[in-house]
Amino acid sequence: MKILIVDDFSTMRRIIKNLLRDLGFTNTAEADDGTSALPMLQSGNFDFLVTDWNMPGMTGIDLLRAVRADERLKHMPVLMVTAEAKRDQIIEAAQAGVNGYVVKPFTAQVLKEKIEKIFERVNG
Amino acid sequence: MNHSDSLLGDLESTLKTHARELVENLEQGNFGEAVQLIHELNKARDRGLYHEVGKLTRELHTAIVNFQIDPRTPVAEEVSQITDATERLNYVVTMTENAANRTMDLVEQSAPLVNELGDEASRLKAEWSRFMRREIDADGFRDLARRIDQFLGRSERHAQTLSTNLNDIMLAQDYQDLTGQVIKRVTQLVTQVEQDLLKLMLMASSVDRFAGIQHNLDELLEAKKKEKGPTQAEGPQIAADKRDDVVSSQDDVDDLLSSLGF
Repeated sequence: MKILIVDDFSTMRRIIKNLLRDLGFTNTAEADDGTSALPMLQSGNFDFLVTDWNMPGMTGIDLLRAVRADERLKHMPVLMVTAEAKRDQIIEAAQAGVNGYVVKPFTAQVLKEKIEKIFERVNG
Repeated sequence: MNHSDSLLGDLESTLKTHARELVENLEQGNFGEAVQLIHELNKARDRGLYHEVGKLTRELHTAIVNFQIDPRTPVAEEVSQITDATERLNYVVTMTENAANRTMDLVEQSAPLVNELGDEASRLKAEWSRFMRREIDADGFRDLARRIDQFLGRSERHAQTLSTNLNDIMLAQDYQDLTGQVIKRVTQLVTQVEQDLLKLMLMASSVDRFAGIQHNLDELLEAKKKEKGPTQAEGPQIAADKRDDVVSSQDDVDDLLSSLGF
């Protein structure tokens, strides 16, 4: 299981990386916005994408749309971990095809639940 | 504003009186008088305008001095307050980032030690149970005693390291005091700048009033509305409970998503 973590803040990437490692996911890579993440996804055999929304360059919602529009990536599970908390935004992300939505600040428990739920659905 | 109100009042009453006299003079055929009155009217209007422009110039100068962005002021060698505030906020970003990284370094150093102790303790516990059930021979017991001895030594060393790490994690939170002070000062500056900007806005509006400029408010509002689409990222919500269009917890997010069939 190879996971790409996309966030413009290195500390947040590090926190998510540590939490994922505790959950048993040790194969992770990092990108600081959509522009650098997309080519990595297209060439890197990733199985799962965790992304922030608000980033310079390409935002998380645009990255999600780009992933869904890419023939080879469109089935990849995407979890959004973001401070964006407007109802319209959550609906927008859902319509764009997000698989899970976690609002910051979050707990290790919430992240674990959402990831497990996504894999249950993907495998089931 | 009171001053410019009274000035506007003076001008208005002068205009009204002169206009009436002008009509009367024209009706009675006193064209010389009428031309003189038109001249008076012009003078009154110019006087008002000059006065207002002069006042605005003075106020504008004060406002600029307040912002400390005028290169001719004596403080020009020093940084402007805005530049200073930007530097201060960058300092906050650096401090918080350093503290977060320092804390995570220490946690990453500590976690393997705790795991190691936990794992070895469960292994020894299983061995100890076997010993209690008399399932271990003399050689086995010597081996167990040696491992327990090593474990106690390691526990002591790791406990010391962990205690130091916990202390360092606590000390890494000292940014809170410093950044708190910096942010408070920047907040004061923002409030000051807002007041100065408000003054400038009031001045601009009195220019509009005096010169008779009209703005299309509907058009301005429409343009502002267009700027703010739903995809515009807003960052963390600091008063989520006061807004209806914002979720206030992860539970709200989950409810919303499940209502959408997730």
